[in-house]
Amino acid sequence: MDTTPTAPGTPVIEMMGVNVSSLRDLSVIVLENVDWTVNAGDYWVIAGMQGSGKSDLLAMTAGLTPPQKGLYRLFGHEMPIFEGELLKERLRVGLVFDGGQLFHELTVRENIALPLRYHKEVGRSEIEQRVNAMLELTELVDSAGKVPSALGRNLQKRAGLARALMLRPEVLLLDNPLGGLDMRQVHWWLNFLDQLHVGHEIMGGIRVTLAATAEDLRPWRERASQFAILKNKHFIPLGNRPQMAEHAEPLVKELLAEGPSGK
Amino acid sequence: MRAPLPRSYTNYLGRMLFRFLVTVQGIGAFALITLGVILTQFRKARGVTFPAIIKELSRSGTRLFPMFLFLSGALGLVVIGQTVSWLTRVNANTYLGTVMVLVVVRELGPLLTALLVLSRSGTSNVIELGTARALGEVEALEALGIDPIHYLVMPRVIGMAGGIFALTIYFIIGSLVSGYLWAFLQNVPLRPGDYFNQLAGALNWMDFVVLAVKSCLFGVIIAIITCYHGLAQPLRLEEVSRATVRAVAQSVIACVLLDALFIILYLEI
Repeated sequence: MDTTPTAPGTPVIEMMGVNVSSLRDLSVIVLENVDWTVNAGDYWVIAGMQGSGKSDLLAMTAGLTPPQKGLYRLFGHEMPIFEGELLKERLRVGLVFDGGQLFHELTVRENIALPLRYHKEVGRSEIEQRVNAMLELTELVDSAGKVPSALGRNLQKRAGLARALMLRPEVLLLDNPLGGLDMRQVHWWLNFLDQLHVGHEIMGGIRVTLAATAEDLRPWRERASQFAILKNKHFIPLGNRPQMAEHAEPLVKELLAEGPSGK
Repeated sequence: MRAPLPRSYTNYLGRMLFRFLVTVQGIGAFALITLGVILTQFRKARGVTFPAIIKELSRSGTRLFPMFLFLSGALGLVVIGQTVSWLTRVNANTYLGTVMVLVVVRELGPLLTALLVLSRSGTSNVIELGTARALGEVEALEALGIDPIHYLVMPRVIGMAGGIFALTIYFIIGSLVSGYLWAFLQNVPLRPGDYFNQLAGALNWMDFVVLAVKSCLFGVIIAIITCYHGLAQPLRLEEVSRATVRAVAQSVIACVLLDALFIILYLEI
């Protein structure tokens, strides 16, 4: 969405005592009393084991589920926002799903173009131009005419990333973006996210605030600026890089430890 | 004094009744939400939704046309041809138009069309939407600020209503023509002019209005029920087949009940 960007350091996401429910079943609380503030320009990584509620936290942050308790403000507006005039505020946040969650009936090109075509922010030729630019940037030109089921996991994830970026969000939430990728792809993603964070041309030079979830902290330790973990239904902020590295929480050591194969 | 029902029966009946009421409430709420979206957002994002409506019209209408042509011919031969033949044998030719209009225009045409479209397009609605729900595509739509009811349900409701209406007309015409052909082959002494005059005489303006309303309503009901079962609740992939069976059964019941309502309406008039 093309709106005036938030000044660096201004809170964009503010959660106070928020209970997060499961995306599958709103009656199930997966995280309790979450206090989390994300400022414009931050680069957060939230790590946790499988089933710790990472996806549900991001889904609630993106406005897909309402907070079950507490206060959640997005760009100063109290959530939940599902429709109406304030929907534009919610669309300043983009969400990249773990598996891409592409629409299976549409081709990659149609998937990427859909948000722009639906919200009709720009004319047809500009949509075409922006889609082509995004396809090139995410190296999806050869896959543009294919349906999602014909793509590998990596390309599905990239298409999901490309689709989320089409509305030029100021905040990008990424659900386990490095999950199931090989080293080359991991580097591509980390470098691409770095470019978004410092202000990529395709985003109009605006610095994108990032919050990614992960099951492994190692790839992120030299990239992200703020860290947190999810454990026993709790959101535990770890602080910046040095603070995270020195944190006494055993799970942090585990998430930073070498794998069984020494990787 | 009657002996009380065994506890298990009362529990069972209570559970069934409760489940029925919950389903009716759910479908009713879903229908109202859909109606609200159609009325307030029909013109929103036309570049995306209008092609989707045309696609649905094709899926629930044009693409089923060959099947309907065949089935209308078969119905004409099997049912109508025999009726014409028997009415002629008992010298009741003067009732021919009335019987045809009653059987084909008011009852069999719309109901059979609706049930056939349900079997072809209604089931695919549940499977497609249920799969999309199970794979998280609906959440992806919401994350992009796209209302799933507007993007997924509205085109299906409008497309299915239009498709069933058009197919009903073709089905009725096909049945009446093939029925006459069958009677002609059996040497029934009835000229085409007389046959169609009788049909025209038995039809009144109310038949056209009710036919249009009824066939469109069948489409709306089938689309709402099938979309409800595909979309309204979180599904896992293995639950999609069960949801499809439930949607088909409930759609059939709803269509038959609606048809009964229209019969009462006719009798009142």
